[in-house]
Amino acid sequence: MHQLLQQIFSGLAAGAIYASVALALVMIYRATDLVNFAQGEMAMFSTYIAWTLINGGIPFWGAYLITLIVSFLGGMAIERVLIRPVENAPVLAAVVVTIGLLLIFNATAGWIYSYTVQDFPSPFPDRPILGALMTTRDLGVIAVTLAMLVLLFAFFRFTPIGLAMRAAAQNPQSAQLCGIHVGRMLALGWGLAAAIGATAGIMVAPVLFLDPNMMGGVLVYAFAGALLGGITSPVGAVVGGLLVGVTENLVGTYLIASQLKLTVAFALIILVLVFKPNGLFGTAIVRRV
Amino acid sequence: MAPILELRSVKAFYGPSEVVHGIDIAVEEGGMTVLLGANGAGKTTTLRAICGMVKSAGEILFAGERLDRRPTEAIAQLGVAHVPEGRGTFIGLTVEENLRLGGYTRRATARESMQRVYGYFPILAERRRQQAGALSGGEQQMLAIARALMMAPRLLVLDEPSFGLAPRIVDDIFTIIERIRREQKVSVLLVEQNASLALALADQAYLIETGYIVTSGSAKALADDPQIRRSYLGY
Amino acid sequence: MEKAVARAARDVAADGYAGLSASMWRLIGVLALIALAAALPFALSKYQVFELTMVMIYAIAVLGLNILTGYNGQISLGHGGFFAAGAYTAAILMHRYGVPYWATLPPAALICFVLGVLFGLPALRFEGPYLALVTLAMALAMPQLLKYFDTWTGGQQGINLVKVLPPPGLGLDRDRWLYFVVLVVLLLAIRVAANMLNGRTGRALVAIRDHPIAATAMGIDTARYKTIAFGTSTLFTGVAGALSAIVIGFVAPESFSLFLSISFLVGSAVGGIATIGGAIVGGFFIQFVPNLANDISDAAPWAIYGLAMLLFMYAMPQGVVGSLGPWVARLKRHV
Repeated sequence: MHQLLQQIFSGLAAGAIYASVALALVMIYRATDLVNFAQGEMAMFSTYIAWTLINGGIPFWGAYLITLIVSFLGGMAIERVLIRPVENAPVLAAVVVTIGLLLIFNATAGWIYSYTVQDFPSPFPDRPILGALMTTRDLGVIAVTLAMLVLLFAFFRFTPIGLAMRAAAQNPQSAQLCGIHVGRMLALGWGLAAAIGATAGIMVAPVLFLDPNMMGGVLVYAFAGALLGGITSPVGAVVGGLLVGVTENLVGTYLIASQLKLTVAFALIILVLVFKPNGLFGTAIVRRV
Repeated sequence: MAPILELRSVKAFYGPSEVVHGIDIAVEEGGMTVLLGANGAGKTTTLRAICGMVKSAGEILFAGERLDRRPTEAIAQLGVAHVPEGRGTFIGLTVEENLRLGGYTRRATARESMQRVYGYFPILAERRRQQAGALSGGEQQMLAIARALMMAPRLLVLDEPSFGLAPRIVDDIFTIIERIRREQKVSVLLVEQNASLALALADQAYLIETGYIVTSGSAKALADDPQIRRSYLGY
Repeated sequence: MEKAVARAARDVAADGYAGLSASMWRLIGVLALIALAAALPFALSKYQVFELTMVMIYAIAVLGLNILTGYNGQISLGHGGFFAAGAYTAAILMHRYGVPYWATLPPAALICFVLGVLFGLPALRFEGPYLALVTLAMALAMPQLLKYFDTWTGGQQGINLVKVLPPPGLGLDRDRWLYFVVLVVLLLAIRVAANMLNGRTGRALVAIRDHPIAATAMGIDTARYKTIAFGTSTLFTGVAGALSAIVIGFVAPESFSLFLSISFLVGSAVGGIATIGGAIVGGFFIQFVPNLANDISDAAPWAIYGLAMLLFMYAMPQGVVGSLGPWVARLKRHV
C-alpha cells in the first residue's frame, strides 16, 4: 500500500512537469490552432540560457526572471518570423515547420553546449515529507504548475486580452472587425507559451539533468496529457498531465513486461479518448450547418 | 451635411480579378443608404473594400479620414462597425463574450453599452451565457448587430442581414435597425437582396450590377422606377 | 460568325498541341519517364542504384501516406509503424518459413491492410491532433513490441536475411534486379492510386475531406470510405516496408523509430500531399536531404535538415508538385 501511494505521488510529480509543458501546448493551440512540436526543445533551449546565466554568477531567481523575459520575447519573435509565413498555409505545412524547429533547436543546443549531461540547481530543497511519500521538491513543482494554471485560467476567462486572444484564434476576421490586432494576439500566445515552457524546463533540469535531449520524452507525454485533458482546456492540460504521469509510473512499476511501458500507457490513454474523443475537458464546438 | 462615408472611383479586387470597377457612393450622416444588386454584383466586395478586407484602389473617406490603405482593425477602431456576410459570430464563445469583444475598443463605456444593447435585444439577455453557436439564425443575426453596436460606431455597415431568415424575423430585425439608427444617431450602409424592405426604410439607394453602379438616387425614386420594380421588386 | 466558331473549336482543343491531344502528350511523357527510369541503372554505380531503389521504396510509402493525408485530410504520425509491420512480415516469412521474396508482398499487403482497417475504425472518432496522437502511439509502440516479441522478431538484434539472388540469364546483378522489381511495384502502385483517386472513391474522399457534413447528407458512407482510405494507405506503406526488408536484407527495431514516421510525413508535405508525383519528390527528399545536410554541416547536420524543411514549406507550402501545378497550367496556356 505504501509503495502504491509512493508511486502515485512520484507519478504526480512527474505528471506536474508533463502538465506544465502541456499548458504551453494548449496555449499555442488556443492562440494559433497549431500543435507546437518544438515546444519541448524551445523549453530546453531556455533552460540552457538560464544555466549559462547561473554559471555566470547570477543568482537563481534573477536568472529565472531574465530567462522568462528572453523566452517570452523569443517566442513572440518565432511566431512573427518563422510561423507567420505558414499560418494560412495547409495545416501540414505548419506541422512540418514546427518539426523543423524541433530539429534546429536540438541540433543548435548540442552544437553550442555539447551533449555532456550537466547539473542544474533547483530552488526547492529536496527533503522528504509526508512520511517519505514525497519530497519538498515534488511539492514545489506541483505548486508551480498549479500556480501557472490558475494564472492562465484567470487570464483567459477574466481579462480582455485573454478574451481577445481566444477570439483571434477562433475567428481572426471577426476579431479584426472588432478592432483586435490579430497578429499581436498570435505573437502574444507564443510568447506566453515560451515563458511557460521555460518554467517547465527549469523544473525538469534538476531531475532529469540538463542535456539537449532532455525534453524529448517529456514532450511525448505532455502531448498525450494535453490531448487526454482536451487540447483546448488549460485545466485539462494539468489534469491530463498529472494522469499521464501517474499512469506511466504505475504501469512502469506493476507491469510485468516493463519494456512495454510506453505502449501500455498510450493504449490506456487512447482507450479513454475512445470514450471521450475531445478529451476529458475539451469542448466540441456546436456547429449549426 | 457632408457625407460620413464617401467612395470615389473605388475599384476592388479578388486576387488578380477586378470585380468592382470604379464606383462612387456617398452615405449621408445619420441616414440609411442601401446598396442593391443581384448575387455576384459586387455588393459584398464593396463592403469588404471599405473595411480593408480586399485589395482596392481609389479613395475611401470616412469623416474626412482616408480608410483605404488602413488595416481592418484600425478601420474598426475609427468607428466603422461591419456586420459581415454570414454574421461572423464567435460560435465557440458565449453571447456575453461576443458582446464584450464588440466592446473591446471601447472598454470604458462597455457596461452601459451592454445594457443598451440588451435593451434592443432582450432575447440576448436571456441567452447571455449560452454558446453563440447554439443560437438560431435570427438570434445570431441579432447578436452580430448587437456586437457591432457595442463598438459605439458612427457608421454601421450591414451585409445582407435578412439572409436565410424567415420574413417575420427579418421584419423584427429591420425595425430594430431603424430604431438604432434614429436613437443612436448612427449612419447605416446596408447591402440587401431583399429590395422592397430595404427601399422602404432607406433614404438613399444605389443599384450595382456586375461591378458598376447603374442607378442611384433617393430610395423612393428607385422604388418608383418601373425597370427596377420589374427586375428587383417583382412587379 | 465562322471566326467565332473556329475560335471556340480551337479553345476546346486548346489542351492539345501540334496535332496531338493532351492525353496523347501525357502518355508520351509517362512512357518517356519510364524509359528513363529503366535506363538509369545501367548508367549508374551499384550504390547509386541502391539509393534510387530506396527512393522508390520511400515513394511508395509516401504515396500511401498521401492517400490518407491528402485525400482524407487525416494526419498520421504513425506510418513508420505500418512500414515496420510490412518489413517484419516479409522478414519473418522469408527467415522462418523460407517463403521466396516475391511471395511475401501479397501477405504483407493484406496484413497491413487489415491493420489499417482495424486502426481506421476507432480512428474515425478522432480528428486533427487527436488522430495525430493515436497514430503517434503506433509509431512509439512498434519498436517496443518488436523488441518484446523477440522469439518472432529476433528482438534487439533484428533479423538477418539471406541475400536475394537475381534470376539467372538476365545478366543483372542483385542491385539492378531489385531496382526493376521495385520499379514495377511502384508503377503498379501509381496505377492503382491514380485509378482509385480519379474515380468515385477519390471524389468521395475529397468530398469527405472538404465538407464532411455535406458529404454525409449526400449519402456518402463516410465511415466506410474513411476506413478504406486508411486501409489502402497502410497497405501501400506496408508493401514499401516489405520491399525495404528485401532490398536491405536486414530488419531491426532501430530502423523503424518515430523518426521514420516523421520522415514520411515531411516527405509527403514537401512533395505535395494530394498528388501522386509528390510522393516521388518526397522519396528523393527522404533519401538524399539528410546526407546533403551532413555534407553541409558536420557539427549540426540535423539543424540543416530542419532548415531545409522550413525553407521548403515557406517557398512551397503546397509541396513541390502541389505548388508547381498552377505554374504548369499557366505554361500550357502559353504554348
